[in-house]
Amino acid sequence: MQKELAVSADQMLAFETDCHIFSGCGFEAPGVHSFIFKPLFTVGGIEFNKTMLLALVGTVAIVWFFWAAFARPKLVPGKLQMVGEAGYDFIRRGVVYEGLGKKEGEKYVPLIVSLFFFVWIMNMWAVIPLAQFPVTSVISYPAALALIVYVLYISLTFKRNGFVGGWKNLSGYDKSLGPVLPLIMFLELFQNLLVRPFTHAVRLFANMFAGHTLLLLFTLATWYLLNGFGILYSGVSFIMTVLMVAFELFIQAVQAYVFVLLATNYIQGALSESH
Amino acid sequence: MIAFVQMAAEEENPLVPPIPEFVIGLLAFAIVFFVLWKKLLPSINKVLEERRDAIEGGIEKAEAAQQEAADVLQQYKDQLAEARHEAARLRSEAQEQGATLIAEMRAEGQRQREEIIAAGHAQVEADRKQAAQTLRQDVGKLATDLAGKLVGESLDDHARQSRVIDRFLDGLEDAAEADASGAAR
Repeated sequence: MQKELAVSADQMLAFETDCHIFSGCGFEAPGVHSFIFKPLFTVGGIEFNKTMLLALVGTVAIVWFFWAAFARPKLVPGKLQMVGEAGYDFIRRGVVYEGLGKKEGEKYVPLIVSLFFFVWIMNMWAVIPLAQFPVTSVISYPAALALIVYVLYISLTFKRNGFVGGWKNLSGYDKSLGPVLPLIMFLELFQNLLVRPFTHAVRLFANMFAGHTLLLLFTLATWYLLNGFGILYSGVSFIMTVLMVAFELFIQAVQAYVFVLLATNYIQGALSESH
Repeated sequence: MIAFVQMAAEEENPLVPPIPEFVIGLLAFAIVFFVLWKKLLPSINKVLEERRDAIEGGIEKAEAAQQEAADVLQQYKDQLAEARHEAARLRSEAQEQGATLIAEMRAEGQRQREEIIAAGHAQVEADRKQAAQTLRQDVGKLATDLAGKLVGESLDDHARQSRVIDRFLDGLEDAAEADASGAAR
């Protein structure tokens, strides 16, 4: 199975460097295999591959940034603190307070803020030179984050509404619905318990997966077409690469925002009164 | 279960999460979350709060100062108005007092004048009475002497003498009163 993988020769460049059009070499299209990496090294029995490494470096980067910005804060902020405050305030006000209110939401600010910046940085790896791989395009990472939100959502639902109230909340129980109530309850339960965490994780994953595939496609094509009059097509492909990078930068931020917006939304649903 | 998941992962289903990555993802996020939650966000929140206080405190201070200034101004105005009122009151009081004083003085003067006049009248009356008394005696004596000389004998009988004199004098007084009333008329 591993023999098909394009990453076998070079972990950093996900294709063979001496393969061009008109040289009797077929185009190796990017695919699912582009998202699977061989272990780079092993520490204590754990095999580290590229995504793990990027996840950890990204973690260090976030912690470093916020440490530098917030560890010794000043009343009159420096540049870094100002940037950090702007980001922090944007999520705190724009997402948490907006969705949960200041009083109720205060408790969830650290979680939502951490989630946003974590997801954003992990997304951003897609366009950072040499790394160029969004960590969130491996389903494990979005799934882990969605699981955290899901566990919080379920536990808050029961903590706030009690056992019966919690189930009523999850099933959208409403007596006035009459005969369609069982159907509604089934659909609501199905949505709240299964679809939500799944879509929450997959929305982020799929966006990053597709984005990376597109970027990879145009990048590989640019290189592959760089031969004879294929250079013209190569130029077009290169322009597309640049445009896609810009577009991806936008999508990375949007997806991080959507992810925390949904998380806030779920928490709000859990905290609201059952019908 | 894990074996199944890993097997599935090896079959390149991108929706099946590889477990090691899952664990690393949780771990990485946990690090970020705990550092932000326990250390960095409280730290920045404190400063944001302080800054808010500083700004709002400044505004509040300014407002307080303004309020105080307005209060003091009002106080001054009140005091000024009160002082004016007091002055006016004092003035009118003084006027009143002056008027009373003058009236009193006038009354006193009047009283003294009347007293003096009354005293004068009394004195005059007393003098007149004394004069009349003296006159009566003198006239009586003169008349008696005269009558004695005329009659040639001394009217020793004092009682008779006195009666005669009184009768004479009464006759004189009646004549004088009739004259006086005639003159007054």
